[in-house]
Amino acid sequence: MLGKLTWAAVPLDQPIPLAAGALVIVMIIGVLAWVTLKGWLPYLWREWITSVDHKRIGIMYVLLAMVMLLRGFTDAIMMRSQQALAFRSEGYLPPEHYNQIFSAHGTLMIFFVAMPFMIGLMNLVVPLQLGARDVAFPTLNSVSFWLTATGALLVNLSLVVGEFARTGWLPFPPLSEITYSPGVGVDYYLWSIQISGVGTLLTGVNFVTTVLKIHAPGMTYGRMPMFCWTTLATNLMIVAAFPILTATLAMLLLDRYLGFHFFTNEAGGNTMMFMNLIWAWGHPEVYILVLPAFGIFSEVVSTFSGKPLFGYRSMVAATMAICVLSFMVWLHHFFTMGAGADVNAIFGITSMIIAVPTGVKIFNWLFTMYGGRIVYSAPMLWSIAFMITFVIGGVTGVLLAVPPVDFVLHNSLFLVAHFHNVIIGAVLFGAFAGYTYWFPKAFGFRLHDGLGRAAAWCWIIGFYLAFMPLYVVGLMGMTRRMQHYDIPEWRPWLLIAAGGAAVILGGIVLQIAQLAVSIRRREELRDETGDPWNGRSLEWATPSPPPAFDFAVPPRIQGDEPYWSMKQRAARRARLDDEPTYADIEMPRNSPTGFICAFFATVMGFALIWHIWWMVAVAAVGAYATFVVFAWRDIDEYIVPAETVARIDRANRSARSRALVRMQATP
Amino acid sequence: MSAFEAAAGDGRRYGAGHDQGAEHRQPAAERAGGKPASRRVIVAYGFWVFLLSDIIMFSAFFATYAVLAGATAGGPSGRDLFDLRTVGIETACLLLSSFTCGVASIGARMRRGAWFHGAMAATFIFGAAFLGLEVREFTSMIARGAGPGRSAFLSAFFTLVGCHGMHVTAGLLWLLTMMAQVFAKGYRADILRRILCFSLFWHTLDIIWVALFTTVYLMGAGP
Repeated sequence: MLGKLTWAAVPLDQPIPLAAGALVIVMIIGVLAWVTLKGWLPYLWREWITSVDHKRIGIMYVLLAMVMLLRGFTDAIMMRSQQALAFRSEGYLPPEHYNQIFSAHGTLMIFFVAMPFMIGLMNLVVPLQLGARDVAFPTLNSVSFWLTATGALLVNLSLVVGEFARTGWLPFPPLSEITYSPGVGVDYYLWSIQISGVGTLLTGVNFVTTVLKIHAPGMTYGRMPMFCWTTLATNLMIVAAFPILTATLAMLLLDRYLGFHFFTNEAGGNTMMFMNLIWAWGHPEVYILVLPAFGIFSEVVSTFSGKPLFGYRSMVAATMAICVLSFMVWLHHFFTMGAGADVNAIFGITSMIIAVPTGVKIFNWLFTMYGGRIVYSAPMLWSIAFMITFVIGGVTGVLLAVPPVDFVLHNSLFLVAHFHNVIIGAVLFGAFAGYTYWFPKAFGFRLHDGLGRAAAWCWIIGFYLAFMPLYVVGLMGMTRRMQHYDIPEWRPWLLIAAGGAAVILGGIVLQIAQLAVSIRRREELRDETGDPWNGRSLEWATPSPPPAFDFAVPPRIQGDEPYWSMKQRAARRARLDDEPTYADIEMPRNSPTGFICAFFATVMGFALIWHIWWMVAVAAVGAYATFVVFAWRDIDEYIVPAETVARIDRANRSARSRALVRMQATP
Repeated sequence: MSAFEAAAGDGRRYGAGHDQGAEHRQPAAERAGGKPASRRVIVAYGFWVFLLSDIIMFSAFFATYAVLAGATAGGPSGRDLFDLRTVGIETACLLLSSFTCGVASIGARMRRGAWFHGAMAATFIFGAAFLGLEVREFTSMIARGAGPGRSAFLSAFFTLVGCHGMHVTAGLLWLLTMMAQVFAKGYRADILRRILCFSLFWHTLDIIWVALFTTVYLMGAGP
C-alpha cells in the first residue's frame, strides 16, 4: 500500500535531523496558522499563489532562494564546525550524516538558492527593461516557479522522512547505483532535480522567447540593457544544457529502478559516461549562474558611476562568447579520467580561453568606473568586492585548467576553495547586489544602506577567512569531504575557516536585521518617483512597485539608454513629456494551474521515491486533468480600464514632476 | 499558399468564435524592433525553442547509444535482434501519420470539420499502429531474454527507442485532447495555435525517427 515507506523512515533515533525537522515543521505550521488566523489566505491565494504576474513570481523565486540559503548555510556551518572539531576524533556528526549534509549543501545552494535567486531577479526586471507587459508565457512562468518549489520541498522532506543522498551534490556512479546506495536518498535527489529541472527548462524557453520576441517599439537588440543580454545567454544555455541533465538523471533512475546498465560496473555499463554527460550540463550550469550576475554588476556599476556602460558591444560579444565556449570545457572536471595528453591539452586550452571574455568584462567594469562619480552604496560595495574576489577565483581556476596541476589538486580542498571563490564571489555577491538594487522597484521602499554595507563587509571578510585557508590545506594535500583527519598541520587553518563561517553568519544576521529595520522604517525609505538611484534603463520609468501592466503606454525607444534620455529631455525642457493617450489594457488572468500542477508533481515525486505506484498513477492523471481544465477555460484575459491606467500613471507623473522641480531648484 | 490564406480568410468570415480577432488585438508592447509579433508567432517560436531542447535530450540518448552500441556483454547484438521488415512498416506508418497530420492542420485552417477530424483520426490510427508494432518488438525481445537489463547496449536501445515511443504516446493523448477541444469549442484562435504546436511536435517526432531508424536499425542490422 505505501511501498517502501514505514515508520522506520522517520529518524527517531537520530537527534540532529529529528530536531531540525521538528523545528522546520513547527515553523511551517506556525506560519500557516498565523496566516490563517490573520485571514490572509484568500489574499495570498488570489494575489500571489495563483499570480501570473512576472514581478510577483520573481519575488516568490527570490523568497524561496533566501529561505533555502538559510537551510544551505546551516549545512555549511555544520560542516565547518565538524572539521574544526574532528581532529583525531569523530567530531559530532557521524559519517553517514556528514555525507548527507555536504550532499544537501551543494544541491540546495546550486539548484534552490543560486538558480531561483537569478531566475527571480530576471523575472522581476527583464520584462520591465524590455518595456514589455509580461513574459511571453505568463501561466507557464507560474508553472515553472511552482515546480522549482516542489523540488525544494522534496529535498527538505528528506530531512524528516527517510534520508538524503550521501553521494555528493552530483550523484556519481557506481556509488549512486542501487548496489551501493540502496536507500531512498539518491531517489530524493533524482526526483527533486528532475521536477525542478522541468521548471527550469520551461523558464529557459519562456525567457528566450521573451527577450527575442517581446519588446517595446524601438527596443532593438543593440539597445537592450546588459542584464537582458546576459539573461538571453543564460536561458539559451538552459535550453541547451538542461535536457542533458534530464537525460542523464533519467538513465541513472532507470539503472536504479528497472535494472538497466548505463553506469553500472557490470554488463557493459560505463561509469565515465556519466561524468561526461553530467559535466556537459554541469559546466554550462556554472555560467548559467554567473552570467546573470555579470548582467547585474553591469547595471549596478553603470548606475552608481553615473556613466553608460563602457564597451557595450564588447560586453555583448563577451557574453555570447562565454555562452558558446561554456559547452567546450566540460572535460576539465575530470582530467584524471586518463583521456590522454592530447585530449587534456585541448580542454585545458579551451578552459583558459574562456577566461579571456571574462577578463574583457572585468576591464569594461573598471573603465565604466574610471572617471565616474561613484556612489558607494551597498550594491556598489558588493560589485567592487566581486571584482577583486572574482579575479582571485578566476586565477585559481586557470591554474586548475593546467592538467598536470589538476592531477595534484583534483578533489582537494583547493578545488573547493576555488569554486566557492567564484560562486560566492560572483553569483551570491551579484544576487545580493541585485536584491539591494531592485528591492525598491519591487516593494516601493529602499533597504537600509548602512546595515546593507555592514552585512556586505561581514560577508566579504567572512568569505576570505573561510575559504583562503582551504586553498592552503588543499595545497597541503587535504581532500574534500573528510569527516575527520589526523594531520595536525591542517588544524589551525580549519579553525580559521570555521571562524570565517561564523563571520558570514554575522552577515546573514545583519541582512535579516536590514530587512526588518527597512520594513519598520519604510516611510522614510519610500521611493516616491520609481527612480531611487538615478537609473538609466526602463525599469526605473515605472512606479515602484509597478502596476500589474508595468507601462501605462508602451514606451517608444529612440536611443541607447531610453530612460536616461527621457530624463535629460525633461530636465532640459523643465517638464515631463506630454501626457499620453490612455487606452484599455488586456492582461492575462491569474491561474491556479501552476500550483495545482506542482501539488500533483509533489505527490508523484514522493510516490516515486517510495515506490507507491498507485499514487504515481493518481498524480499523473491529476496533472493531465489540470492541463485539460486549463486548456478548456474560455476567458483568459481581463481588461484594465483606461481610467484606472490614467489614475495610476498620473499619480506617478505628479511625483516625478515634483522631483523634477526639486532637482531644478537645487543648483 | 495564397489559396490557403484566402481559405483561412473565408473561414474567419464564417467562423463564429468570439475570440477571432485576438490575433489582431496585440498590445503594441509585444513588438520586436517596431515590427509586431503576433501571438501566433510568439507561441510557435516558443514551442520551437522547446522542441529544440527536446532534440537535445534525444541527442544525449543518441550519444549514449553510440557509446554503448558495442557493449553487448556477451548478449545479442542488433544484428541478432532487429527485424527490418517490421521497422520498415513502423516507419511507413509514422511518415504517413505525418502526412495526415499536415492534412489535419490544413483542415483546421480551412475550418472543415470533416477534413480535420478525419485526418486527425487517421493520424491517430497510424500513430497507434506504429506504437503497437514497437510494443510487439519490445515484448518479443524481452521474451527472448534480450530485455534492457541484459546489457548496456540493450539498456541504451530500449531507452532511446522507448523515449521516442513515449513521445508518440504523449502525442496521441494530445491529439485526442485537441480533437475533443475542437469538437467542444470550435476553431478558436488559441485552439488553432495549439493545433499548430501539436503538428510541430508530431513532425519533430518524425525527424527524430528518421535519425533513429538510420543510426539504430539500418546501421545496427547491417553487416
